[in-house]
Amino acid sequence: MSEPLSFELSRPAVDPPRLPDAEVAGPAPADVLPPDALRARPPGLPRLSEPEIMRHYSRMASLNYSISENFYPLGSCTMKYNPVANEVAAALPGFAGLHPYQDEESVQGALELMWRLEQALCAIVGVDRVTLQPAAGAHGEWTALRMIRAYQHSRGEARTEVLVPDSAHGTNPASAALSGFQVVEVKSGGDGRISLADLESKLSPRTSALMLTNPNTLGLFEREILDIAELVHSTGAMLYYDGANLNAFMGICRPGDMGFDAVHMNLHKTFTTPHGGGGPGAGPVGVKTELVPFLPSPTVERTNGHLTFDHKRPQSIGRVRSFYGNFGMLVRAYTYILAMGGDGLSQASQDAVLSANYLRKLVEGDLEMPHDGPCMHEFVASAHDLTTRNGVRALDIAKALLDRDFYAPTVYFPLVVPEAIMVEPTETESKATLDAFARAVKDIVAEARTNPQSLHEEPRKTPVGRLDEVTAARRINAYLQGQSQDPVLRWKAPSEKPS
Amino acid sequence: MPYLVHSPEDRSAMLETIGVGSMNELLVDIPQSLRLESLQLPDGLSEFETMAQISALANRNKVFPDRLTFRGGGIYRRFIPAAVAAVTSKPEFYTAYTPYQPEASQGTLQAIFEFQTLIAELTGLDVANASLYDGATAVAEAAMMAHIHTGRNEVIVSGYVHPEYVQVLRAFGEGRGIKVRKDGEPNKKTAAVIFQQPDFLGLLVDARALTAAAHDAGALAIACVDPISLAILAPPGEYEADIAVGEGQQLGLSPSFGGPHVGFIACKRDLVRKLPGRLVGTAYDAAGRRGYVLALAAREQHIRRERATSNICTNHSLCALAAAVYLTYMGPYGLRHIAEVSFKRAHALAERLAALPGWELAFPERQFLNEFPIRVPKAPAVMRKLGRKGILGGLDVSRWFRELKGVVTFACTEVNDARALDELVAALES
Repeated sequence: MSEPLSFELSRPAVDPPRLPDAEVAGPAPADVLPPDALRARPPGLPRLSEPEIMRHYSRMASLNYSISENFYPLGSCTMKYNPVANEVAAALPGFAGLHPYQDEESVQGALELMWRLEQALCAIVGVDRVTLQPAAGAHGEWTALRMIRAYQHSRGEARTEVLVPDSAHGTNPASAALSGFQVVEVKSGGDGRISLADLESKLSPRTSALMLTNPNTLGLFEREILDIAELVHSTGAMLYYDGANLNAFMGICRPGDMGFDAVHMNLHKTFTTPHGGGGPGAGPVGVKTELVPFLPSPTVERTNGHLTFDHKRPQSIGRVRSFYGNFGMLVRAYTYILAMGGDGLSQASQDAVLSANYLRKLVEGDLEMPHDGPCMHEFVASAHDLTTRNGVRALDIAKALLDRDFYAPTVYFPLVVPEAIMVEPTETESKATLDAFARAVKDIVAEARTNPQSLHEEPRKTPVGRLDEVTAARRINAYLQGQSQDPVLRWKAPSEKPS
Repeated sequence: MPYLVHSPEDRSAMLETIGVGSMNELLVDIPQSLRLESLQLPDGLSEFETMAQISALANRNKVFPDRLTFRGGGIYRRFIPAAVAAVTSKPEFYTAYTPYQPEASQGTLQAIFEFQTLIAELTGLDVANASLYDGATAVAEAAMMAHIHTGRNEVIVSGYVHPEYVQVLRAFGEGRGIKVRKDGEPNKKTAAVIFQQPDFLGLLVDARALTAAAHDAGALAIACVDPISLAILAPPGEYEADIAVGEGQQLGLSPSFGGPHVGFIACKRDLVRKLPGRLVGTAYDAAGRRGYVLALAAREQHIRRERATSNICTNHSLCALAAAVYLTYMGPYGLRHIAEVSFKRAHALAERLAALPGWELAFPERQFLNEFPIRVPKAPAVMRKLGRKGILGGLDVSRWFRELKGVVTFACTEVNDARALDELVAALES
């Protein structure tokens, strides 16, 4: 099953859509603009009728797995059900139709929503203020580090290093480096948790911050978090919380109380805004009092029930995105929080932890568990033994799951566990689904033991089999080095592609 | 409770399988001093009550009709074909994850590949990426590319580039050691000259001359462009700009108080390795079937970690999908048609507004497309008056540019019909 590209379906004879005429007397561009400012020939866009367009995209949709049809046990990604009411809320004309430069008087409802969402997030993670501007998690990480840097600069401190655990997601070190910091790695101990001794040896007057997620990437709660916080703070450095794992403990505990100074959150994970095939998301950042002056501009302020944007913030790190962030995502997240309430969010996290421990128990006979439980909302298993004995890697198991109608677990990190299989079931998958998934894992492991070759050929039922990325990379290189005219990264009309 | 699936019986059975007596036994690693009694939030609501509260907030906002909206400044009212929402609201698209498993994500990957091709065609450049957050961050990422490519630390912002884009550029630049200079001649410290075509006020700039000046100094030229304008204006690739960026909101996305929308970025072949974010390319399976995969991932943060040149992990896939459907719906001639209709209406409106007593075009010698700056006596009061009459008048740009006191930009598109123009002029004359 495959679908041609819109460019391949295009037919020059197709009429353009019917569109309004100008209805006014006015010049055409060619009448007044200098000829060299004009486009010589129309852009090479496809020409298709609406029925063809709709069928084209419907067929493409059918090539996707999605949370609406499949279980995504995708560790660190919190793929939970996306409530349909959220979509209705964001599409209300009173939100979707707002121009960002309308007068504040005419957008009081939008500002009130932003204010209430900020208050709710403050309550959930235990901070004093929140910026809603960052468009994604990595954007939020970077924003938080910029604030920490600005705060330390304002105190005349030139701190140049950020500590990042070896188990951290790749965005952590990248965000730190792009905020102007040197990255120093902190090792995990044998129990999968940060090594206090190694942390202590890396902390210095140069340390600006420690980036941490808790529970950590292995799904384990950092039991010594209070000692870690004290140690970090005692050197004058700050503690940054990566919100990837917030779904583990809403209503159970709060990063603010653990000692974190800046906390980022992913509305597209914990607060059910859809992933959209890779965005748009939203990555708000919460901070304690001392960082408040450095929040991105503008903030939303509320005085006697009247809401305004505050643009006059002399110590602010400035603006990190145009306008006010991914507002439509804020509407969805707030709708979810209203529906769930404090009681519902607490139950959601408890169910997430329960489901993860349950699934861990079901598969622990089939996959190695490098660390002792209990886990929080996710766990990391390892296929190391299968790899060494049978030549079957974590990636093979991931691909085999696709053939059994499950999306794959995360297998690309954490790098500290060989052949890692990171599983996060979330609270919106039923016991029956978890049971079925565990049976599938059991079947696959049995197949790996008896017929490993067959597993290397999976998936077989997906629209395409494993794609040869190595050859693709070679073809791209040839293009980039001028040895080929086929860019690989876009379609080109056959006439433009010399054979 | 909404969206939760376990029954009390399920929970007991699961605890029993795990071999613990209660939830608390699973939470033993959390220090007791950190445990919360409950969240300081109200209890949850039924969907009916939730939507009543949400609707009440929506109703506290004033929404101006499309046809009576003349405010732009980077976000525009355009006709959005029904096909766009019909596609983006398919759960197979909006509830899918980032396409790390290509076999299970061919729909998303193909849509991105089409988007990349569409943007490359529009801009006349070799390769475009899978999208960025917005126009502002696209400008900042382009500046970073130029900084790495040239090894130089300064970028020049030439003329009236969107002020919020420049603010974001400054915030990004500070972390990366890039200095932002307003106007001036490029020299051997200059990594790039950044200009907007048409500029923030709607005026055309001499893109060829700016590009040539950048190249003469060994700097890159970064063109921030309006995608719909490219149906009639020479594309950046033709005047040899190195990188084109822009905001894609006009390609089928509602204003939504500023987001989510989609940034785009395209470049020449020799800069492709420095492109931030995701790239999708073609690849084949063992049976010879064509498919699509994330390509050149070695550039990205999850491989390079602190050596990555961008921390961008996600893109704005769903918004890129909307843009792809929009551009496919319009086709080359539909897009040119709406660009021309917008052009004619803006020119007709400019003539009528300039005839009002005391009103005059701010830059009468300059050309524009569908947005133009005009001096308005008592601008704030006039805009407030229009608001009371249900018209969202132009944008007072003096809040960003002191030298433009009393200057207001008006935008026209295919949604502002001839009668809407009459109503605007009548409201101003009354």
